[in-house]
Amino acid sequence: MVSRSPIGQSVPRREGAEKVTGAAKYTDDLVFPGAWYGKTVRSTIPAGRLRSISLDPAFDWSSVVVVTADDIPGENVVHLIRDDQPVLARLGGEIRHKEEPVLLLAGPDRASVEEAARHIRIEYDKTTPVYDLDKATEVYSTIEISKGEVVEDVEDVEVVQRTFKVGLQEQLYIEPQGAIAVPEAGGTIRIVGSLQCPYYVHRALKRALKLTDAQAIVVQAETGGGFGGKEEYPSMVAIHAALLARKAERPVRLIYDRHEDLAATTKRHPGVITHRTTVGKDGTLLAQDIEIVLDGGGYCTLTPVVLSRAAIHAAGPYSCPNVWIRARAVATNTPPNGAFRGFGAPQSLFAAELMVEHVAERLGMSSVDLRRKWMLRLGDTTATGQKLTESVGSEMVLDAALKAAATVRPSDRPTVRRGRGLSLVFHGSGFTGSGEKKLQGTIGFEALADGTFRILTASTEIGQGTKTIFCQLAADALGVPLERITLAPQDTSLVPDSGPTVASRTAMIVGRLVQDAAAEVRERLKREKLPIRVQKSYVQPESLHWDETTYRGDAYPIYAWACTIADVDVDMITGEVRVTDLITAVDCGKALHPVMAEGQIEGGSLQAVGWATIEEIKMKDGGYQNDRLATYLIPTALDAPRIRTILVENPYSRGPFGAKGIGELPMDGPAPAIIAAIHDATGVWLDEIPATPEKVLAACASR
Amino acid sequence: MRFTLNGQPVSYGGSGARRLLDVLREDLGKTGTKEGCGEGECGACSVIVDGEVVDSCLVAAGQVEGCNVTTVEGLADGGRLTALQQAFIAYGAAQCGICTPGMLLAAHVLLQRTRRPGADDVREGLAGNLCRCTGYTKIIEAVLSCAT
Repeated sequence: MVSRSPIGQSVPRREGAEKVTGAAKYTDDLVFPGAWYGKTVRSTIPAGRLRSISLDPAFDWSSVVVVTADDIPGENVVHLIRDDQPVLARLGGEIRHKEEPVLLLAGPDRASVEEAARHIRIEYDKTTPVYDLDKATEVYSTIEISKGEVVEDVEDVEVVQRTFKVGLQEQLYIEPQGAIAVPEAGGTIRIVGSLQCPYYVHRALKRALKLTDAQAIVVQAETGGGFGGKEEYPSMVAIHAALLARKAERPVRLIYDRHEDLAATTKRHPGVITHRTTVGKDGTLLAQDIEIVLDGGGYCTLTPVVLSRAAIHAAGPYSCPNVWIRARAVATNTPPNGAFRGFGAPQSLFAAELMVEHVAERLGMSSVDLRRKWMLRLGDTTATGQKLTESVGSEMVLDAALKAAATVRPSDRPTVRRGRGLSLVFHGSGFTGSGEKKLQGTIGFEALADGTFRILTASTEIGQGTKTIFCQLAADALGVPLERITLAPQDTSLVPDSGPTVASRTAMIVGRLVQDAAAEVRERLKREKLPIRVQKSYVQPESLHWDETTYRGDAYPIYAWACTIADVDVDMITGEVRVTDLITAVDCGKALHPVMAEGQIEGGSLQAVGWATIEEIKMKDGGYQNDRLATYLIPTALDAPRIRTILVENPYSRGPFGAKGIGELPMDGPAPAIIAAIHDATGVWLDEIPATPEKVLAACASR
Repeated sequence: MRFTLNGQPVSYGGSGARRLLDVLREDLGKTGTKEGCGEGECGACSVIVDGEVVDSCLVAAGQVEGCNVTTVEGLADGGRLTALQQAFIAYGAAQCGICTPGMLLAAHVLLQRTRRPGADDVREGLAGNLCRCTGYTKIIEAVLSCAT
C-alpha cells in the first residue's frame, strides 16, 4: 500500500464540496423540532449593583421561561482562569460592564420572547465607572522580564523614548456566536455550537450546571470563523442555552445577531506601550526598557495569558544584552477583552517595530540595516534568556521580502503621496512556557476493520484547514490514499481532549501527534489484527525549560518569522490611507499545504491591515458606539491590498515535516509596516492605530 | 404567492412581509443562504433574483412573487459542481465557508455580465460580500480562473 505523499501538496479541502454547495451545516442551519428561541437580557449600565428584577404581573408568563442567577444548579461562574465572571448577575451582585448578562428568556417564537423582554424591569444602583488605564486600581496580572541590567548613565549613547497606543478590534467572524442546547435523558445536556475549543465549553458547562463528564456533551457544528473570538466566549453562550433548555425541558436555540455579537462579546485588548531604548552611536543595541499596560475590561477572561504573550514578544525579534519589561493588565468597566489572533503579540510588536524606526531615524541609519544588526540569529538569546538553537528565519525572511519588492513609483494622482514601510517579527508557536506540558493534548487513532483509518481529535476546523492537514499527515505516515482517512466528529463524547484550537498549535503540536500515532499504527499493522486503536499525548521534550515564576527560559518550543513590506497611498486632502500592496515572507518551517498556508497568511494580513487603518471602536459610557456592521467597518475586496506571500521553509526538528505554527503570525507585521509607510509617504509619525483620516490629517497639520 | 426557486416552482402561503432570508432558510430549507449581519452589509445572505444579486435580509418575501430566485443550492447541476465551485475548492477560496455561498453567487453574476473581467472588476463585483478569512486573494484568483 504505497501512495504518493500528500505532504506539501495543496489537496482539496476536506469539507470543500459541502462549503461550496451550501450543504455544510453551521449552528443556525440545524433543525431541532420543537426548539425554542433564547434571548439574553443585558445590563444597561457599566458599573454598579443589580438592585431588582421585576416581571410585569399583567403579562402572561406561562408561554415563556425566565432564567435568573437563582436557576443555576452549579456554580455561578464561567470557568476559565479566574473565577470572577458570573454566568448571570446576582441580585445585589456587582455589574462590571455594559451588556453584562442579567437574565435569560426563551419562548416558542422570536416575537413572544421579544414581547416578554419588554415586560421586564431591571433596576441598578450605579457606581462610578473606571475607563482610564492610569486610574484603574484593580490589576488582573503583572509580568516582569529581566535580562542583564538596564543602566542609563552610560556615556556616548543615544536614548530614544516613545509611547504607542493600540485600539480595540473585533474578530468579526462572519458567522455570529451561537449554540443550541438539547436536554437528553439522565440529565444530559448536549450543546451544538460555533466554537473553537469543545473542552473549554465542556468544563464550563459541567461546573455551572453541576454535570458529570458524561452528562455534558459538546459538539462543534461547522464554524464560520473564530480568530480567537470563539475560544472563550462560547462557554458563556453554551451555559446560557443549557440553562434555558433545562428549564424549558426542550431544545433552545441561542443565536446572536450581529448587533449583540458586536456589543457584548470580547475584543482585542487595547493598550499603551512605552519603550526606552539605549543604543551606541554605531547603532549597537545596549538596552531596552519597556512598559506595557493592557486594558482587560470588566472581567479577567484570558487576560493574564494575553499579557504574557505580549510581554514575551515585547523586545521584538532582536538580540539585546539588557532588557527590562514590565507588563500589567488592569480592570476597567468596558465589556471584557479576550482572545484574538496574535494574543497580545501584535500589540507589543507594533511598538517594538516602530521603535526600530525611531532609533534608526535618530542615528540617521537605514532601519533595514539596523534590523540586520540587531536581529536574533542562531545561537542568540531572547529576552527570557531562551537560546535559539534551530530554525531561526530572521535573515531568510528579510532577504526574501526585500528581493520580491519592486521599486516604489510615485502616484500619478497629485494629492496622493506614496510610501513604503517594512517590519520584521517573530511569533512563538504553540502554548507559552509549560502550557503544552500541563495540557498534555491527546488524540486517538484507529485502524478499522473496513480498511479505513479514523482520527479522533477535539481540534476544530474553523477554516484554517485542520481536517485536511491531519488527513494529509496520517495518509503520509501510513502510505495510504487520503480517501482512506476519516475524522471522528468534534464531539466530547467521542474524542479525547486535544487541547484548544488556539495559539498556532494545531498543525504543529496536535499534527505531530497524528503523525506519530499513524506511524505507530503502520508498525502494528504488520503483526496485529484489526481493529487497532492507539492514543497519543504530548510529551514535553526534556531540552525545554521554563520557569513560570522568574519568566526565564524557553518561552516557546520554536518561533515562526515574517518580514512584511507595505506600500501605501496617503491622500493628503482627505487623510485617507490606502494600503495598495503587501509582501510577506514567512518562515513556516514547512508548508504542509501551501495554498492553505498562504490563505492563513493573506487572511491574517488583511485583518492586520484593518486593525491598522479602518477598524476603530469608539466608546461611549462604557459601551461601543459603533456596534453594528454598518458602522464597524472591515476591509472589503476593494479595500484589500494586493497581497503576495512568500513561503520560506526552514524546518523545525519537532514539527511534522518541520512545520511551525503560523496561524497568528500574519497579524503581527502589517501594522508597524503600514505606519512606517505612512511616514515614508508624509514625513509624519503616528504613534497610535488605527491610522484614521482624522489622525493622519491632525499629524500632518501639527508638523 | 409563487416564485421559481433554483429552477423549480414553489408556493409560499405565509406573510409577504417576512424577510426572504427567513423564508428561504426556515420554510424552504435552503440553509446555504447565511445571515451575517441582517442589515445588508456583509452579503452572506446574497441570492440572485431575476439576474440581480440581492441581500435576502433586506428583501420582503412578497417582493419575489413571480421571480426567479437562485440560491447556492441551485448552482451545481444535478450534483455536478460548476467550474466556479470547483475553482473555489482548487484555489482555496473557501476557508471557514460562511461567506462562500454569497460570494459564489456574486461571482457567478459577475462572470455572466463581464466576459473577461480583470482583478479590479472582480474586486468591484465582490465588494458587497465580506470575507474575514482569505484576504480575498484566493477568491479573486478563483474567479479570474473562470473568466472565459
